[in-house]
Amino acid sequence: MSLPPPGEAQGAAPHAAPGGRRVGDVVLSVEGVSLAFGGVKALQDVSFDVREHEVRAIIGPNGAGKSSMLNVLNGVYHPQKGKIRLGKKEFTDMDPHEAAALGIARTFQNIALFRGMTALDNIMTGRNLKMRTSFLEQALWFGRARSEELAHRRAVEEVIDFLEIQHIRRTPVGRLPYGLQKRVELGRALAAEPRILLLDEPMAGMNLEEKQDMCRFILDVNDHYGTTIVLIEHDMGVVMDISDRVVVLDYGRKIGDGTPAEIRGNQAVIDAYLGVTH
Amino acid sequence: MSFFIEVLAGGLLAGVMYSLVALGFVLIYKASGVFNYAQGSMVFFAALCFVSLLEDGINFWVAIVITLAVMVVLGVLTERIVLRPLVNQPPITLFMATIGLSFVLEGISQLIWGSQPHGLELGIQDVPIDWLSQKANINISQLDFFAAFVAGALVAGLAVFFQKTRIGRALRAVADDHQAALSIGIPLQHIWMIVWAVAGFVALVAGLMWGARNGVQYSLTFVALKALPVLILGGFESIPGAIVGGLIIGASEKIAEVYLGPYVGGGIESWFPYVLALAFLLVRPQGLFGEKIIDRV
Amino acid sequence: MLYREAGQFKSSYAQDQQIFPILQDRVGVAALLAVAFVVVPLIGNQYWLQAILTPFLILSLAALGLNILTGYAGQLSLGTAAFMAVGAFMAYNAQLRIPGIPIIGSFVIGGLCAAVVGIVFGLPSLRIKGFYLAVATLACQFFVLWTINRVPWITNNSSSGVITAQKIVILGYPVAHAAGKYLLTLAIVAVMALLAKNLMRSETGRAFMAVRDMDVAASVIGIPMMKTKLLAFAISSFYCGVAGALYAFCYLGTVEPEAFTLDLSFQVLFMIIIGGVGSILGSFLGAAFITLMPIFLNTVSDWISGTFSLEISHALVSNTQAIIFGGLIIFFLIVEPNGLARLWQITKEKLRLWPFPH
Repeated sequence: MSLPPPGEAQGAAPHAAPGGRRVGDVVLSVEGVSLAFGGVKALQDVSFDVREHEVRAIIGPNGAGKSSMLNVLNGVYHPQKGKIRLGKKEFTDMDPHEAAALGIARTFQNIALFRGMTALDNIMTGRNLKMRTSFLEQALWFGRARSEELAHRRAVEEVIDFLEIQHIRRTPVGRLPYGLQKRVELGRALAAEPRILLLDEPMAGMNLEEKQDMCRFILDVNDHYGTTIVLIEHDMGVVMDISDRVVVLDYGRKIGDGTPAEIRGNQAVIDAYLGVTH
Repeated sequence: MSFFIEVLAGGLLAGVMYSLVALGFVLIYKASGVFNYAQGSMVFFAALCFVSLLEDGINFWVAIVITLAVMVVLGVLTERIVLRPLVNQPPITLFMATIGLSFVLEGISQLIWGSQPHGLELGIQDVPIDWLSQKANINISQLDFFAAFVAGALVAGLAVFFQKTRIGRALRAVADDHQAALSIGIPLQHIWMIVWAVAGFVALVAGLMWGARNGVQYSLTFVALKALPVLILGGFESIPGAIVGGLIIGASEKIAEVYLGPYVGGGIESWFPYVLALAFLLVRPQGLFGEKIIDRV
Repeated sequence: MLYREAGQFKSSYAQDQQIFPILQDRVGVAALLAVAFVVVPLIGNQYWLQAILTPFLILSLAALGLNILTGYAGQLSLGTAAFMAVGAFMAYNAQLRIPGIPIIGSFVIGGLCAAVVGIVFGLPSLRIKGFYLAVATLACQFFVLWTINRVPWITNNSSSGVITAQKIVILGYPVAHAAGKYLLTLAIVAVMALLAKNLMRSETGRAFMAVRDMDVAASVIGIPMMKTKLLAFAISSFYCGVAGALYAFCYLGTVEPEAFTLDLSFQVLFMIIIGGVGSILGSFLGAAFITLMPIFLNTVSDWISGTFSLEISHALVSNTQAIIFGGLIIFFLIVEPNGLARLWQITKEKLRLWPFPH
């Protein structure tokens, strides 16, 4: 994976990230999105934006609609109202694999790895959009097919090195412990060299050490590759530490949007989490 | 016009026969989530057992009781030897296990009772009902009519059983969630025994009807294959669905054969129900009465 | 002791990607191929070549095809025999109606026609899954057989639907004897197995397995559902089609549509369950098992009736066979869902350590 040029702020950058990370222009924005399943309103008129190279957290009590929001962002759910703007394009109903082609990668709350394959193969599937050879060439395994496979193997091995999972690359993922599975899933998302990375509770179910490792990886990804990160997380400590800006959802509505410091002092957010009756 | 009614009635009645077999599938699926491909072999097994007992001179009703007991034992053995070890496997694995089971049952049946066809006399002839053919010039078989009546009674009985009785409720609970059912004290083993007993009974009834109609021979096992389109239309979990699905398949199969068949050389009934079911699946994957399948990530 | 990897280091990804990374494996496979290509035709008798080895190879190819679809891509199919039938009858027609076409060309045409049928009947897989899909493939099975019986052009206006496969001539040399047909079959099967192995190791194979394991996630990472599923049907049916063509030309000779019934589809399904789903080797092991089992049973029953002077009827043997097959299916599904191929893998792993216990 070659290092992209460091994130240059184009135009004024209203938020300077901690540690001097340069945050760029708006790269993804959600405008008036409403999503309902039958009678259940998962999201109601939610709008926010995400700037390039930043780490944006989505937080909120259980059932607030966070996972649904992420699913809307990558096309798994189609909102009844509202739009998603990605760079210059606008969508209401994007297919997940269109989203992938546009540079959005994600991980899932319940780990969506391919259990029948090894860790290496799982991460290799993340490269599928970059593979160009036809199945006939692959069957013959010579020339273009061979060199393409080896080139991608090289790229994937860099991701494996980065995530420190060399020792399990040939293990079928079904046999790996939970923390390592989450890392392999992150690897699969990274292998696609995404512009925007959506992480659904990447630290769920991890102990302190694993959380620290995962934080380190997420920050490294953001620092070295400049990937924009949108993550859902429950651990407030993590959120306050690593995110640039935070969106707070409650019962499908946005009740807060700002830097971690601003959110911490927001009464509505405090009420939502502590459960004050409205 | 009377010809059409005859064809339609014949088709509907054939459909009822399919439903009889489909009912066994639905019962087992409802209670254990397993699609029992071996149901057809069980129908064959039951019919063969009964007929052989009859031919040995045993009284009609005693033979039924004995066969029923055998079917219950068979069900319990199946549950214990085949299904229990496979309890957490994906449904496809269970389905393939029942394919294996069907081969075992067919082999055992023919090993014990031989492979020559047997006739089965129920006391009702497969001849047209007199007053109908006289008055309205419509020929409907007495036997088919009787089978429809039996199937109707069976369905009504089963529906009441599931909805109204305590055991029926327990069965539905088990079908939904084994763990939850266990935790409220429902004895799983007993429930499964009951389910397989009832399914065995249904298989016996189906075996008797089909045996009386076509004779008890190896081709009886293929009736199960015809039940598949019925289940797709009616949904895998619905008892009324099995009847409605059976009626639709039976009727459309006959009508297609009689009216479309001559244009394309006949023999449509071998594939028509499947194509119909397929078309249906494309529009409504869960069947007429089934529950919507939701894929969660 | 013998089967050790010590000292065999891989210093490039290319080496790591080999089909047989361990030297002993490469030697073993080379020896096996040498025996198969050279030794067997020389010493094999007519019966073994014609009635056992050739059908074993043909059915292995069909099992390979089904494994690609059901084992790797997770789409259950009960229509294998129908695809074989298409391959057989269309290869016959190609040979009949295209003057001067080489026999391999006819086989390829048979395979391609089967692939087209596969794509058509694979379209429902875009909406339907699991054993509902099995019902769709049953529709294919029955419909194809009905079509072959009803459309006179396919059977060259034969009234009974029976055709006779033409004689094979390659580069001017007739291939008429058992040994020749065996070698032709072996060559085709070996090449196609190699192509399949390459394919399953590369991105296509991974896409298939991703669709099998979790198709929603596969879609999310960019794998195109429709293209992948239909490709799986197409490739699988191509393999079954070629197997069918070989079945007609190198084994049966006289072909009727009834040779391709649902029973054959089940047989091939059993082969991949017993041999190992999702494994190229498994297809061969399963085919070997199912081809050899009847012969084994017959030999045993002959021995029993000889030694104990018992009369063992044919029906007894075939029923016992059905019971054993069914029982083995259940056994393998419970004990080792990955079949004989996994048992072989475990054996090799133990061999690596031998003579040490762990």
